[in-house]
Amino acid sequence: MISGVKSMRRTTQGVPGVRRPSLADLVPRMMPRLVDYWVTVYRRTWRGSVTTFLMPFLYLTAMGVGLGSFVDDNAGPRALDGLTYLAFIAPGLLATTAMQTAIGESTYPVMGAFKWHRVYFSMAATPLRVADIVGAQLAFVAFRILLTCTVFLGVLAAYGAVGSVGGGIAALLVVVLLGVAHAAPMIAITARMKSEAGFALVFRLGLIPMFLFSGAFFPITQLPDVIAWLARLTPIWHGVELSRMFTVGSVDGWAALGHLTYLVVVLVAGWYFAVTGFTRRLAQ
Amino acid sequence: MMISARGLRKSYGGIEAVKGIDVEVSAGEAFGFLGPNGAGKSSTMRMIAAVSPVDAGSLEILGMDPATHGSEIRARLGVCPQEDSLDNELSVMENLVVYGRYFGLSRAEASSRAKEQLAFVQLTERAKSRVEDLSGGMKRRLSVARSLINQPDVLLLDEPTTGLDPQARHQLWDRLFRLKQQGVTLVLTTHYMDEAEQLCDRLVIMDNGVIVAAGSPLELIAAHSTREVTELRFGVGDNESMAEKVADLADRVEVLPDRLLLYTDDGEQASQAVHDRELHPVSSLVRRATLEDVFLRLTGRTLVD
Repeated sequence: MISGVKSMRRTTQGVPGVRRPSLADLVPRMMPRLVDYWVTVYRRTWRGSVTTFLMPFLYLTAMGVGLGSFVDDNAGPRALDGLTYLAFIAPGLLATTAMQTAIGESTYPVMGAFKWHRVYFSMAATPLRVADIVGAQLAFVAFRILLTCTVFLGVLAAYGAVGSVGGGIAALLVVVLLGVAHAAPMIAITARMKSEAGFALVFRLGLIPMFLFSGAFFPITQLPDVIAWLARLTPIWHGVELSRMFTVGSVDGWAALGHLTYLVVVLVAGWYFAVTGFTRRLAQ
Repeated sequence: MMISARGLRKSYGGIEAVKGIDVEVSAGEAFGFLGPNGAGKSSTMRMIAAVSPVDAGSLEILGMDPATHGSEIRARLGVCPQEDSLDNELSVMENLVVYGRYFGLSRAEASSRAKEQLAFVQLTERAKSRVEDLSGGMKRRLSVARSLINQPDVLLLDEPTTGLDPQARHQLWDRLFRLKQQGVTLVLTTHYMDEAEQLCDRLVIMDNGVIVAAGSPLELIAAHSTREVTELRFGVGDNESMAEKVADLADRVEVLPDRLLLYTDDGEQASQAVHDRELHPVSSLVRRATLEDVFLRLTGRTLVD
């Protein structure tokens, strides 16, 4: 019955290693089963977010008011399509905050769940599938972004930087989408990284340049053409443009649709690579 | 048949960890994978746990193919991993309930089963303790309790007592023995021979990715060792030369740096014969052959790192 007989018979998988996911493998089905786990994570970490409101307050005071009065006095009203500098950077700050929260939540916490406390591995030993694990992780990031950006938006409104309630809510939804469109590819990258040492590079070559050249602080048309075109390729620029349309209250339908489509495409691609990355890592 | 594998293979980064093994485990059986580190035990277990895809060969668990029915298989398996993957910051009870939820249990059902399992592994008084504060033995028992939350048909244990003190080991063995009596199929890996003899009805010895022997502990001893072993100590440096003088007294003589091992069916007789030849060992000891003798014979005494 038992022997060490060697057999070269191959199964349906053919080649060794992990097969490509089918469409069904990409669709989460059991995410609600993970709610209790993520509630425990939230209970452990919510205290760190109590001071969230300080960031927009500091930024708006220093840049919106301080730098803004200087810009407004010298550039004239037509420089920013008639917007005050405060009104111009407010949506930019909202969008970049969503991006920073998304990247932050998709680097060290994800690495930790693979490497240090290994919770993904204990999830993978149960009926949960990779898409469920990825989906719940991403949903948690979305929840974090929603909380942070809601507080942020409240401060922006207090400074009079949000045109209307509807526009504010639309901008909030946009930046949550923008956030997960960053989180999904970042999760995909983290799943493929052996060590957290690479995060410094991600921050320096990815996060900081995207933050600075996203069009949040000045129109990217001010940049050399090449850099301006590179900036247009980043999802953050689309998010900044889109949320600005909503907070300012001047929506260009076709442009908005273009930005939305771009973000959804990035999200879907990020999702695919997150699922394949997790599948590989969890099979090790 | 709970588990049925034919020609099972697995490679990691060009290194073949499992080189075509055949294994069958039937319901209610306690089955062991023995082998030195790097023998391929854990890789095999991960394929059986339906988390690591099979490279080649066929594998059926509970009558299903893990490539297509991984989720359904895992729903009926209990997995107790080698490294405790408990949540250190949560309480004992929370660990069980959160895990139970992964199996789709309602909160009420998860917590009632959690209480049951805590009683079973004798951790009821520690239900509210943070996992961080538990001893190694308690953590391992909690891991076992967690792996039972879905009332599995098959329980997989990867080196369940590694790193535990003797008291904790015996306590865990006792719990595993009870599970076996309740009809749970146990599949475990170990490199402790006494553990294998205590728990396993049947086992395979793996070395270098292949199965080198299979059977019950007694069958293995009968097939690969003599009934008894006489251990003679002649003092350092003398063992080698003495080996020739006693070679004919046993089926096989093994020279170790500090002693000679005479494999024979009658250890007392061999011991007497040594004395009759006026050879005077510093000490001599007759013992029954154990699985450890089989294991060392088949997998060698060289360290595998």
